[in-house]
Amino acid sequence: MFGVVRQKVSAGGSPLTILGQTLPFLRAVASPLRSYSSAAKEMTVRDALNSALDEEMSADPRVFLMGEEVGEYQGAYKISKGLLDKYGPDRVLDTPITEAGFTGIGVGAAYHGLKPVVEFMTFNFSMQAIDHIINSAAKSNYMSAGQLSVPIVFRGPNGAAAGVGAQHSQCYAAWYASCPGLKVLAPYSSEDARGLLKAAIRDPDPVVFLENELLYGESFPVSAEVLDSSFCLPIGKAKIEKEGKDVTITAFSKMVGLALQAADILAKEGINAEVINLRSIRPLDRATINASVRKTNRLVTVEEGFPQHGIGAEICTSVVEESFGYLDAPVERIAGADVPMPYAANLERTAVPQVEDIVRAAKRACYRSMPMAAAA
Amino acid sequence: MATWFRRTRAVSHHLRRNDKCPSSSSSPRAILDLQGASAPVMQPPMSVRIRRATDGISPARLPIFSAKRFESTRAEKHLQLLQEAEAVEDDLDDDNDDDDDAQVLDFPGGKVAFTSKMQFISESSEKRVPCYRVLDDYGQPIEYDCSAQVNEELAVKMYTDMVTLQIMDAIFYEAQRQGRISFYLTSMGEEAINIASAAALTDDDVVLPQYREHGVLLWRGFTLQEFANQCFGNKVDYGKGRQMPIHYGSNKHNYFTVSSPIATQLPQAVGAAYSLKMDKRSACVAAYFGDGGTSEGDFHAGLNFAAVMEAPVIFICRNNGWAISTHIREQFRSDGIVVRGQAYGIRSIRVDGNDALAVYSAVREAREMAIKDQKPILIEVLTYRVGHHSTSDDSTKYRPMDEIEYWKMSRNPVNRFRKWVERNMWWDDKREAELRNNIRTQVLQAIQTAEKYEKPPLSELFRDVYETPPSNLHEQESQLRETIKRHPKDYPLDVPV
Repeated sequence: MFGVVRQKVSAGGSPLTILGQTLPFLRAVASPLRSYSSAAKEMTVRDALNSALDEEMSADPRVFLMGEEVGEYQGAYKISKGLLDKYGPDRVLDTPITEAGFTGIGVGAAYHGLKPVVEFMTFNFSMQAIDHIINSAAKSNYMSAGQLSVPIVFRGPNGAAAGVGAQHSQCYAAWYASCPGLKVLAPYSSEDARGLLKAAIRDPDPVVFLENELLYGESFPVSAEVLDSSFCLPIGKAKIEKEGKDVTITAFSKMVGLALQAADILAKEGINAEVINLRSIRPLDRATINASVRKTNRLVTVEEGFPQHGIGAEICTSVVEESFGYLDAPVERIAGADVPMPYAANLERTAVPQVEDIVRAAKRACYRSMPMAAAA
Repeated sequence: MATWFRRTRAVSHHLRRNDKCPSSSSSPRAILDLQGASAPVMQPPMSVRIRRATDGISPARLPIFSAKRFESTRAEKHLQLLQEAEAVEDDLDDDNDDDDDAQVLDFPGGKVAFTSKMQFISESSEKRVPCYRVLDDYGQPIEYDCSAQVNEELAVKMYTDMVTLQIMDAIFYEAQRQGRISFYLTSMGEEAINIASAAALTDDDVVLPQYREHGVLLWRGFTLQEFANQCFGNKVDYGKGRQMPIHYGSNKHNYFTVSSPIATQLPQAVGAAYSLKMDKRSACVAAYFGDGGTSEGDFHAGLNFAAVMEAPVIFICRNNGWAISTHIREQFRSDGIVVRGQAYGIRSIRVDGNDALAVYSAVREAREMAIKDQKPILIEVLTYRVGHHSTSDDSTKYRPMDEIEYWKMSRNPVNRFRKWVERNMWWDDKREAELRNNIRTQVLQAIQTAEKYEKPPLSELFRDVYETPPSNLHEQESQLRETIKRHPKDYPLDVPV
């Protein structure tokens, strides 16, 4: 899939038009894998997020949106389209360029009873505000012994996009998930996006909501239940996207799509993989992961971010601690390359997990491949 | 210049086609005014409506007459600003004949006169911004008698609280030196700032402190026992033993819990003020910080944002000359903090921080302006940090003893205010002795009581991380209890389980 995108980019197209051309291709690949009860309508992740914001702002007057370009520009990625017109400049605030400033303001407003949704143009820029997120938002309820609660949501695109280089491509799931006091969510489909964003806004604790730029334009089928304005997904529960019995593959955000593609390829070779969409990074649904591993006895973790101290490392330890006796093979960990993201298309492709990497790892776990050195 | 003219003609052509433009009713104005020549009839550029730019183009690349700006409330404000600027231009027009150089350019942000003389604004003005004071060093009112503003009851409460703060600080400091608490920091020399500013605020005003403002909490009714409980981290501490000493917090008193990182409270104060503004409350936020805090990025972000959002915040900067061992000369090169207000578009004042009456009246006035006009105010209170930075510091290592002594004895804010109060016959030596004795006993008693209380139970380790404890914390807690039961000798007896 990335190969297709790369060729078009090198031919001189802009990322946005490329995406428009690759989407039908993606949709064709993705839709047969869905198993929804009544897949009547389709909705892009962008629309899912927009509708979730709209409904929550309508339901609770304390909810307000703040960030760079969220108002007049309709959102840097058009997630907040139409919201300024509907709710006015009191509820949709265009901020000056100061992540530290508007994050601090959001935290202060939350201290005093409002429910801010703070948008970072990408989570890479949240680094400029990380003190407010960790030292204030995450820790205040604890340090103030419950007097200062922080019902805030930090959202924005996370992880690699396409051809944007190191300072626009890092995955921050592991950074935020290591901090007690925060909740960290990573939606994949439109159903995830709607349900988890609504849950995040309603949650009284600070939530880091990691979206993905490349998923915004992707369409997923949504049932009537998902479209209902009271729809909400529980925080801390993973979803089994595809049931299987031979090997467990865990993934979150964009990597879920790759894992599902890998599962298709593995199925043709007689390996029935179970794909788990984590949805919630903190709290991690250890119960679902461990139950799955106890069933399949094999585990492959997939993430886009850097390998050291990453999500896969935590999942591996959880399984070793709780289900060691059930493992029939060492845990395989697929992650991004341990380098700042390069820009050149060929280098970028090699720095991010591809479907083939997941397939090979699953085969290794099933002892269906050559020894490690040859397969790498 | 000519191309600018041509473009503006194109705009005016657009405008005449579009009759939904609201300013079509306003009288025509010349945008460019070269030596008195008038330009064609033209509306300010912001009101043009053209076909919408496609998604994905960054705003920097949109033409200056961007689409749909007209419809937003923001654009209307821009329009207003431009029309006001045009009124300014009218005044400039009058000077035009006298001064060839006073010509006007139109840029985003409004009209600005231009000059052919290259002139840099000096990095410092010749005279420093003067400092507002009401009482002289001997407690004598300089200009007028302010007992009308501060009556006997208020004055006596202010004075007794200043003395209480002084004694409380001294005794808690000693308690740390004796090893009974782990840490303390005093507000010595800043009693007037603490108490007088608190007296000028109401209980509805939200306070976001740095960490040297416990006098504000004292004024609002936090008891000596409650202070002691927090310092000892016992089980009746409102902070449940979570924080190191002096990190007080009280929702009841509208005093947000102290947070150690410097200046983070400044943008947070703007957020809290925004919440007050949305609720249309007749209250403001008071955010305190020191001279050192103004170097943080959050200071810039907070002040800039407060001005843009028109938030009712009073920024109170305690310029006490020292940030631990960093003297203000190494902290900044501006004339203190007050001059920065205008840089952000914020009204500001410099006040003698050791003059309780000056602090009181300035904060009161600032509060009224902040609430009525819904705008931020900056107050720089000049003072001196008489004590060490904290119990972890020995300031004699970086500043001379006689400097400290001078400020402690000759420029003491408590003594200065006492002289004024006594002059009004509202206080005397006998009451002084009684008060000091009383407070001393109470503080010592509070310490003894706090020390004897049990520490918080083990369950408090796991509470309040989230609103509802998650399953992993439940597990960890039961695992811990299990371990304690199995290995009791490894766990201290004085920790209640």
